[in-house]
Amino acid sequence: MSMNQETLLAGRKVSKKPNWFKFDVRAYTMIGALLAIWVLFSLLHERFLTPTNLSNLFLQMSVTSILAIGMVLVIVAGQIDLSIGSLVGLTGGIAAILNVWYEWNTIPVIIATLLIGAAIGFIQGWIIAYRAVPAFIVTLGGMLMFRGILFGTTGSVTIAPLSPSMKSIGQSYTGDIIGWIFGILALAAAGYFILRKRAARAKVGFEVEPLAVSLVRMAVIGVLVIGFVYLMNSYKGIPVPFVMVIVLALVFTFISRNTVFGRQVYAIGGNPEAARLSGINIKRRILLVFVLCNTLAAVAALVLTARLNAATMSSGQNYELDAIAACVIGGTSLMGGTGTIVGAVIGALVMASLDNGMSLMNLESFWQYIVKGGILVLAVYVDIYTRQKKKA
Amino acid sequence: MTAALEMRGITKQFPGVKALDEVSFSVRKGEVHALCGENGAGKSTLMKVLSGLYPHGTYEGEIVVGGVTKQFGKIKDAEEAGIAIIYQELALVKDLSIGENLFLGKEPARFGIINWEHVFKESERWLKEVGLSDVNPEQLTGGLGIGKQQQVEIAKALSKNANILILDEPTAALTEQEVDILLDILREFKKRGVTCIYISHKLNEVFAIADTVTVLRDGQTVGTYPVSELNEDKVISLMVGRELKERFPRIEANPGDVVLKVSDYTVMNPDRPGKKIIDNMNFELRKGEILGIAGLMGAGRTELVMSLFGAYPGEASGNVEIEGKRVTIRNTQQAIKAGLALVSEDRKKYGLMLGMDVKSNISIASLRSISSGGVLRHNEEILAGNEYMRTLRVKANSVETIVGTLSGGNQQKVVLGKWLMTNPKVLILDEPTRGIDVGAKFEIYNIMNDLLRQGVSIIMVSSELPELLGMSHRIIVISEGKQAGHFTAEGATQEMIMTAATGGKAV
Repeated sequence: MSMNQETLLAGRKVSKKPNWFKFDVRAYTMIGALLAIWVLFSLLHERFLTPTNLSNLFLQMSVTSILAIGMVLVIVAGQIDLSIGSLVGLTGGIAAILNVWYEWNTIPVIIATLLIGAAIGFIQGWIIAYRAVPAFIVTLGGMLMFRGILFGTTGSVTIAPLSPSMKSIGQSYTGDIIGWIFGILALAAAGYFILRKRAARAKVGFEVEPLAVSLVRMAVIGVLVIGFVYLMNSYKGIPVPFVMVIVLALVFTFISRNTVFGRQVYAIGGNPEAARLSGINIKRRILLVFVLCNTLAAVAALVLTARLNAATMSSGQNYELDAIAACVIGGTSLMGGTGTIVGAVIGALVMASLDNGMSLMNLESFWQYIVKGGILVLAVYVDIYTRQKKKA
Repeated sequence: MTAALEMRGITKQFPGVKALDEVSFSVRKGEVHALCGENGAGKSTLMKVLSGLYPHGTYEGEIVVGGVTKQFGKIKDAEEAGIAIIYQELALVKDLSIGENLFLGKEPARFGIINWEHVFKESERWLKEVGLSDVNPEQLTGGLGIGKQQQVEIAKALSKNANILILDEPTAALTEQEVDILLDILREFKKRGVTCIYISHKLNEVFAIADTVTVLRDGQTVGTYPVSELNEDKVISLMVGRELKERFPRIEANPGDVVLKVSDYTVMNPDRPGKKIIDNMNFELRKGEILGIAGLMGAGRTELVMSLFGAYPGEASGNVEIEGKRVTIRNTQQAIKAGLALVSEDRKKYGLMLGMDVKSNISIASLRSISSGGVLRHNEEILAGNEYMRTLRVKANSVETIVGTLSGGNQQKVVLGKWLMTNPKVLILDEPTRGIDVGAKFEIYNIMNDLLRQGVSIIMVSSELPELLGMSHRIIVISEGKQAGHFTAEGATQEMIMTAATGGKAV
């Protein structure tokens, strides 16, 4: 009977007119928070908004972004991965050992590192999905073990310097011309997809947003893209790691929205029981989610090691928390079922901006811990609070 | 004798539904008073009012205990007035000792340090009261059988100085011997002046123990009778004695070949090794017919259909044939492939992703058919969503409306749409109209008829006897996991089904 009343009440709130400019409230909160942080730091420090620093910022956010992109799927599936920080350390260490001690070429190093990341993801995912050990525990164990293995295999020394081509993964920039080509490609793609989506929706009889709205959308994207390329080009060009972030974000957005696998992952997070009864092989999907997440951790490790031109004992430490925070700030719910890749990348930008701004201001590192920890709790609080309000 | 308890004119309203309508209920001191009624008659709601779960002010009417009007704001208030309720699901912490459970929440302590001597000594005394003198109170509760756990629960109630004990379906999970022990304990209590309110579907137990019977129907009191004036048939007719108010648009059966044949089907209880939850069922389903499955709550109906669908953890044995071919179904993927579809009884828990939109919910079990190489074809998904929204008349803005914002009836149609999209041969509906309003019910019946015409066969599990009688062509009755009756819809009456379901002789 109580179900009855709930459903009766729920039936009432049906919105009328579609609102073409509506986002999630949380999407606004997120972008608002980012702007607030930028305004704050640019007021506090004159160098924050310079091309040099912003170029640095996008370089710095790359590692967190790549980790967050993998983490989104894990959290959407209702799981968690605490091991990726240590995994970045371990796979980065392995890459450096192969490159520096064994003098492997760059391509084999990349392949080996990615395979190791995938294999570790397979093992962790298998224990979680097929042996029903909670992800929290498996990956907490992984966090300790991977760091331990790193210490053991390297003998706790810093491994440097990398070969020049290896270094370029994390340190090179696109030139001016290639930057502009990227920008134009991005613009063309955005325009194409917006128009194609309009056409597709019109074909199936959906109401389509007015053409003016589509044009405004394209104009906004255009200004952002051109502004970004111009800004980056006035320093050295677009950092290559950031190009990787864009590519990975596109690929994973495609996976999450346009593939059977992606849809099933969201369904599993939304209601595991209903997903199981709908004939979804939950175990296999969760296993694959961890394989993807940990492979991306290996990608992040390559970028980080190349950027630092060294593998150190502490590299990647606490990065899992940055990645989780980026996801949550970007609107991924820890309850599972919702979250976007784009949101997580913006979340990573928020975290990187905090790091960058506080370092610029020469705040002592203890402040950085305190502020980032506070932001993480605040983001989850906002998540839970808006959810409860939605329910009420 | 004086009234130990009186509930006068209790009305409890939920939005849109009157669960209790001017119910009056009077219990004399020291008697065992049985409360009978169909599922949904209002028994549980009445007991929730009495035990303080629905606090004073959320209902109308008054509660008088021992001549004093009481207003219970919370469960603790009711307990202080001497009322204790023992629910169907035991509320014991299995990993704590018996003594700890008995004193949970009222541990004797000085400065926060528990006096364990006292706990275990007192526990021994209470355990003796309920016939468990051979049980060590320091033992873990989970190690006891369900029957003994029930006795511990009663001891816990007694230790709160309860003199009015409410037992809600206490024997649902018990073996016959355990039931006998429980009834003996209750007889002992009666001698000592403890008042019991006994809620049970099993009429033989009611007649074995009760002094007085009150029957509820559709939220109203039918009457209170001394047990000597009643017999089982009379109680059943009082419980169901309502005319068929709703209309059922049943169409004539046009039974074709056997689609589903289930033989010697047995399912083990995953929580109690050795106990069968479904015991040797045999039935078949023909093309274009509705087979109703009746039974009381806990009889094993849901377990049967979940097991057939590969979604129940208990081990199953026996033969399942679909269109003459033997099939093995161990998981839901295999079930869907074999042509089964299951609309489960709890659509929020098992049916829907409430946070996702209509089209994603409809397509989720058929993603293969709208994708190529693992990539979704969004347009086809939208077209399919539109198609089912139109044919099932789902009232929603568009296929992109979030399912959680729809009414119960529309949500149920979305679940139906999901399963229709898989093109099932056999559609299993478990309580298909629970919690939805009359108009939507009627629409669901019409959809069932459309499906029959398209050659789909339907199994319908329902607690609503009028619905079963009105819609199905044949009905099988399950009682405690066993097949207890088989009727054609024309020949059956509610009384006959209730008799079979309550463990009486099959007619």
